[in-house]
Amino acid sequence: ALADAGAAATAAEAIITSSCNVNCGSRCLLRTHVANNVITSIETDESGNDEYGMHQIRACLRGRSMRKRVYSPDRLKYPMIRTGKRGEGKFRRISWDEALDTIAAKMKDIKERFGNEAFYLQYGSGSTGGLMSRANAFTPLVRLMNCYGGFLNQHNTYSTAQIATGMPYLYGINAGNAMSDMANSKLVVMFGNNPAGTRMSGGGIVHDMLVAREKSDVRLIVVDPCFSDTAAVADEWIPIRPGTDGALSAAIAHVLISENMVDQTFLDTYCLGFDEAHMPADVPANSSYKAYVMGQGPDGLVKTPSWAASICGIPAETIVRLARQIGQAKPCCISQGWGPQRHSNGEDACRAIAMLAILTGNVGIPGGNTGAREVGYVNPFSSFPVLTNPVTAKLPVFLWTDAIERGPEMTAFKDGIKGTDRLKAPIKFIWNYAGNTLINQHSDINRTAGILADERKCEMIVVLDHFMTPSARFADILLPGTTNLEEDEFARSDYVSEMGYVIFGKKAIEPLFESRGLYEVCADLAGRLGFKDKFTEGRTRDQWLQYLLDQSRAKLPDLPQTLEEAWKMGVLKIRNPGPPDVPLKAFREDPAAHPLKTPSGKIEIFSKRLWDIGHTWELSEGDRIPALPEFNEGFEGYLDPARKRFPLQMITHHYKQRTHSTYGNIPWLKEIAPQELWINPMDAEPRGIRHGDLVRIHNDRGASVIKAKVTPRIIPGTVSLPEGAWYAPDAHGVDQGGSPNVLTTHRPSPLAKGNPQHSTLVEIAKA
Amino acid sequence: MLKRPAFHIDLKTCTGCKTCMVACKDKHDLPEGVKWRRVTEYSGGNWVRQTDGTFAQDVFGYYMSISCNHCEDPICVRSCPTTAMHKDECGIVKVDHAKCVGCRYCEMACPYRAPQFNPQIGMMTKCDFCEDFQLQGKAPACVAACPCRSLTFGEYDELKARFGEATTVAPLPEPTITQPSLVVTPGRTAKAAHSDRGRIRNPEEL
Repeated sequence: ALADAGAAATAAEAIITSSCNVNCGSRCLLRTHVANNVITSIETDESGNDEYGMHQIRACLRGRSMRKRVYSPDRLKYPMIRTGKRGEGKFRRISWDEALDTIAAKMKDIKERFGNEAFYLQYGSGSTGGLMSRANAFTPLVRLMNCYGGFLNQHNTYSTAQIATGMPYLYGINAGNAMSDMANSKLVVMFGNNPAGTRMSGGGIVHDMLVAREKSDVRLIVVDPCFSDTAAVADEWIPIRPGTDGALSAAIAHVLISENMVDQTFLDTYCLGFDEAHMPADVPANSSYKAYVMGQGPDGLVKTPSWAASICGIPAETIVRLARQIGQAKPCCISQGWGPQRHSNGEDACRAIAMLAILTGNVGIPGGNTGAREVGYVNPFSSFPVLTNPVTAKLPVFLWTDAIERGPEMTAFKDGIKGTDRLKAPIKFIWNYAGNTLINQHSDINRTAGILADERKCEMIVVLDHFMTPSARFADILLPGTTNLEEDEFARSDYVSEMGYVIFGKKAIEPLFESRGLYEVCADLAGRLGFKDKFTEGRTRDQWLQYLLDQSRAKLPDLPQTLEEAWKMGVLKIRNPGPPDVPLKAFREDPAAHPLKTPSGKIEIFSKRLWDIGHTWELSEGDRIPALPEFNEGFEGYLDPARKRFPLQMITHHYKQRTHSTYGNIPWLKEIAPQELWINPMDAEPRGIRHGDLVRIHNDRGASVIKAKVTPRIIPGTVSLPEGAWYAPDAHGVDQGGSPNVLTTHRPSPLAKGNPQHSTLVEIAKA
Repeated sequence: MLKRPAFHIDLKTCTGCKTCMVACKDKHDLPEGVKWRRVTEYSGGNWVRQTDGTFAQDVFGYYMSISCNHCEDPICVRSCPTTAMHKDECGIVKVDHAKCVGCRYCEMACPYRAPQFNPQIGMMTKCDFCEDFQLQGKAPACVAACPCRSLTFGEYDELKARFGEATTVAPLPEPTITQPSLVVTPGRTAKAAHSDRGRIRNPEEL
């Protein structure tokens, strides 16, 4: 590798394949121009004729600004140890040896006093695409901790907790038809799905969507509180109040049932729980979905369009028209993004939306969908092997601050702990690698900062990152990491419909300053902890890459033989050999031979499992776990009485400036896509707020000052503050960065114990 | 080289991602504040609150990516007092830095805001249609970058033949002012030039 870097230094300019590995859900190819060990510019995939299926993997604006990340003046340069109070941001330079010795000594101390359950690997996704630098699950850090006796594991993610938990009660899985399959649809209705904002890669889902529409000119309706960038290219936008998708779905169901547009044969053959004739034996009468919709259920409410209209903010005639379009289009694709589920009622909302696909019999067929979010080609390239975690306890990922404060009180029935009935130890040691969840991306920043500031609770926090992020400020030991342009790395394709690929990213420049890669740091710690051979198996980092190449070749025979060939190849693209992926296709064709992974093998509209959970779990006051996919008001939604004090609903859409918080410090991106609060003129005018004014957005948990974008592109009564902006408190603790998590609640959703960051009530005033 | 180099933008597919802007900034190493390509957000529509708590609305919105249109009748050239701004033999409008005094008259005259003042050198700068890339047979950086394949480039007459008559949509000025080498495919909600239905919503980003 050194020899190659030397060669690059003597040549006028070399072009080296790299990738952007952040967690947008896509994965892009970068072509890094390097002269004299300096990156001079970054291009993207320009290969071939761009034929769809082997098309160019064109990076978005973030990947194109990568050299500004590598050369940011904010790069961490050498290891540091905290000198001030935790969170204060005062550090002193130390050597790598001192840093690693200190970490190893504290690891031994914590293990001895509290056992392995006291170690927590903080959720992070700043490095998601790479195999050797990955931030979660299949990462060298997990291997290190597994070698050391394990760590407190986690379940769920901050992206999908509610839908990934909710959908399997309905279908046994959580999967939707490939985006490319919408070319086979007669109508596409997207609920809170915004590929143009969340899957921006020109190799990924937004491209799949545009190509499919070019083929079929299929009508696209977007249901979303915001006129998203996807709405900007859609046929119709139906604005909806956040968290009310369940009410809209029930009203559409009412029209479909009343006007005989349900597929009764499909419901009778494939589903349980639609009507009273298909119910479990031991539940009360009128517990079916049809009874719920038609007003015979326990609430006695008929779910008419006019009932839903005042909740959702959508005129009843629009609901009727939408229902008729859904009922008459054959096939119809109902899909949802992950916005509708990131709510206090998300487990129910995601299933409620799926009901529209079920009622119309659009499940398991081309051009239809399950109502879930799209899945596509699954890349079979191997992950880094991490061995097995001897600790079985799993924490809902959103509850880690609770585990610091009251770990041993946390149980399966109360807190959603899995793998054990009750935690043994509180969290005492946190590894925070390539992540900003420690402060920025977790809810209720002020609460989190208070918990972390108490050094008696969590005794050590180690951060390995590129920048002094809001989370890095809370480190005890702060380590400078390499970017993936400073190391050899492979990156796999992520969400894409019809093509898989592996990017072979050669080190473009030597690591800057004293930065080091995750694998090397873990290997050195393994040596200090006495299990270097078990950790490395005698392999260097490059030998592991060769190992992964060899492991994967059985599944992908076109892979190169050697690393040298891989660097030369740059990328291997694999065309999806089959038609667009249609989950549940086999079940649809032969339900007896291919039962679902639900207890009955059928689609469980009424879930007896949820019924039992709803009657046995210890829930917070007001929480409910309904067995049906019904409208559940949840907390901090439109119907919450707390809206008297905080009348506006706040959501946090994904924003082109950043992927979550990554790239959030890049001037080029802040200049052309500044952080701003979306607010409708009907909410801005009575508050005397004009476009560009600084406003104070606040509730009982905190406040943030940010510029207002006064725009008709958001439904009145709702504001949106794009997620991921870096928390920047002033001397009084008031955020000046527009970081939404100073306002979001730590209260988890009832079933998944997931993050409900779009269920937030606020008030706004001119600053 | 092309005789009359032109850009085409398809507003049916442009999602306003701004990758063209960053690709341009990276290729030409532009400092903060200098944007040879700009993405305008144009939107409008009204909201009416109804008695049942619902809303009637007619909101629309779309994006427009614009660099320099290398116009047939470039007003920047006409307004330059030093003849620094000129159109070269390849149809590319350029600044001669030996003559530019940074008076910014071209910036004020251009209805597309194409000439951009670079405070680091005290002179005007602008899109050069990535002339060096063209000589290598490559597409301009913005075109090659576009994730949604909304930008293309080519001979003006050929683009017109392929994508239809150059249509002017808001917020672009009437083409008669400068005869821009630009072909636009309007989107579903495109408004006519001079429409009062919408306005530019991101002036601070341009």
